[in-house]
Amino acid sequence: MDLIWDGLREAVRIIRTGDYAIWEITLRSLLISGSAVVISLVLGIAVGAAIAFNEFRGRNLVFSLVNTGMGLPPVVVGLLVAIFLWRSGPLGHLRLIYTPAAMVVAQTIIAAPIVTGFTAAALRNLDPRLRTQLYALGASRLQMLWIVLWETKLPLLAAVMAGFGGAISEVGASAMVGGNLAGDTRVLTTAVFLEVNRGNFPVAIALSVILLALIFVVNLVLTMVQQQERM
Amino acid sequence: MKRVFWLVALLVTLVAALGLVACGDDNESKETATPEAAATATPQAAVTGTPQAATSTPVVRSGPKDVILATTTSTQDSGLLDILVPVFEKDSGYNVKVIAVGSGQALAMGQRGDADVLLVHAPGSEKALIDDGSAINRRLVMHNDFIILGPEKDPAGIKGMTSAVDSLKKVFDTGSSFISRGDDSGTDKLEKSLWKKAELDPKGKSWYEESGQGMGATLQIANQRDAYIICDRATYLAQSDNLDLVVLVEGDPILLNVYSVMQVNPDKFDLVNGPGGKAFADFMVSDKGQQMIGAYVDKKSGKPLFTPDAGKTYEEIGMKTPFG
Repeated sequence: MDLIWDGLREAVRIIRTGDYAIWEITLRSLLISGSAVVISLVLGIAVGAAIAFNEFRGRNLVFSLVNTGMGLPPVVVGLLVAIFLWRSGPLGHLRLIYTPAAMVVAQTIIAAPIVTGFTAAALRNLDPRLRTQLYALGASRLQMLWIVLWETKLPLLAAVMAGFGGAISEVGASAMVGGNLAGDTRVLTTAVFLEVNRGNFPVAIALSVILLALIFVVNLVLTMVQQQERM
Repeated sequence: MKRVFWLVALLVTLVAALGLVACGDDNESKETATPEAAATATPQAAVTGTPQAATSTPVVRSGPKDVILATTTSTQDSGLLDILVPVFEKDSGYNVKVIAVGSGQALAMGQRGDADVLLVHAPGSEKALIDDGSAINRRLVMHNDFIILGPEKDPAGIKGMTSAVDSLKKVFDTGSSFISRGDDSGTDKLEKSLWKKAELDPKGKSWYEESGQGMGATLQIANQRDAYIICDRATYLAQSDNLDLVVLVEGDPILLNVYSVMQVNPDKFDLVNGPGGKAFADFMVSDKGQQMIGAYVDKKSGKPLFTPDAGKTYEEIGMKTPFG
């Protein structure tokens, strides 16, 4: 129990003094996972709309693939991305391994199926008469998609929250493709892992508290947006 | 047509986002790395008082700036690299990417050309890389020692024994709980070589378990389980505050833990940063690097963690048969 108090005290101290380059690490966590979620959202809306609106053979197969992707083990994603990005791998010449960009790629692969799944489900639940009506009114495909997305913005925000949660909590893949480099690819989760290995438990607890607070704040903001839209 | 448009738009967004993140963070790291480096370098320079510190200027070079260092967990977990790397970066202008994994994985990275320079402690396996031409120019950097830890009650009764092999025999005979790394790291290779010398095979015994994790995490498991464990001294000292385990066996020459630096052969792998790897290896065995290693002490216990060894051989340090 003393350890938890030490950790909380350490958290307050680190936040107050900006020690441990805490703002830098927090900002980096936000940037990397935020980028991954933005890319996932673009991908997710494109793929989600494609499978929700189109009748085609193998649609159920695609749906189940996306649903499988929602539970993709991050460590497997990390290994796959690493194998491709290592210098000895097929994309080694890009020199992306151990960069923030590599982490964005890995986190996108983790978050994109989650966002896609949520998006597809939301679009499928939409009243199909809305689309027929829009077409009858002469809306183009793009206009139609825009209006439909506007109608489903609440579940889409939920998709963003779920995707962001998956991306920012991820540690295995981030360490494998990012390398946990100080000042470069060290994010909150990999920093916790390192401090545990170093036996600096209070610092590890402090970083965990900050990570939790960050996820809470992001979700609070998104939820407030969501609730406001509802009114 | 519209599909094509979407695809292109998608690709552009993807590339733009990737580029933005990569550049944004790069700039950020440069800005923040400098004050950090200065902060850690200054007190160390004061301790060692090297004249080179003042005179050396960043080398102007062409070619890649990043150097990938694959190393064992103990060099990072002990904090040693936090001190050495910023000084090297400042002196040389290179940017070091420290990938701290077990020595087994670090050597595998070297063998595939996925790293530029290796700092490891598995003499036997290191030789294999030299022999197959994937690594060149192995030089000893420093040593400390392995110790055998166990619960204070010491159910196997090994406290104070002078032979590591004999003490493992007693652990085996009494069936006392033992936690192994089991991850092919340098420490794991040493442990396996000890069992081999004892002509015993603990694998599959109910009291013998493999964690598959780093030294720090494995120490914690052994601690929670009141088990015996072999650990490098640097990691033990860094963790000793959190441990109930005590040192039971130490000082056997067989327990020497010798770290070497090797360059990955740039003639064998196109993408390897040869000059960068060489620069880091040279720094580790330079007077400045060696003085910093010798002056580095554990933050909690205040004890020195490594003995610098540049220019020595295994025999001179006292290691008769390099394990691994």
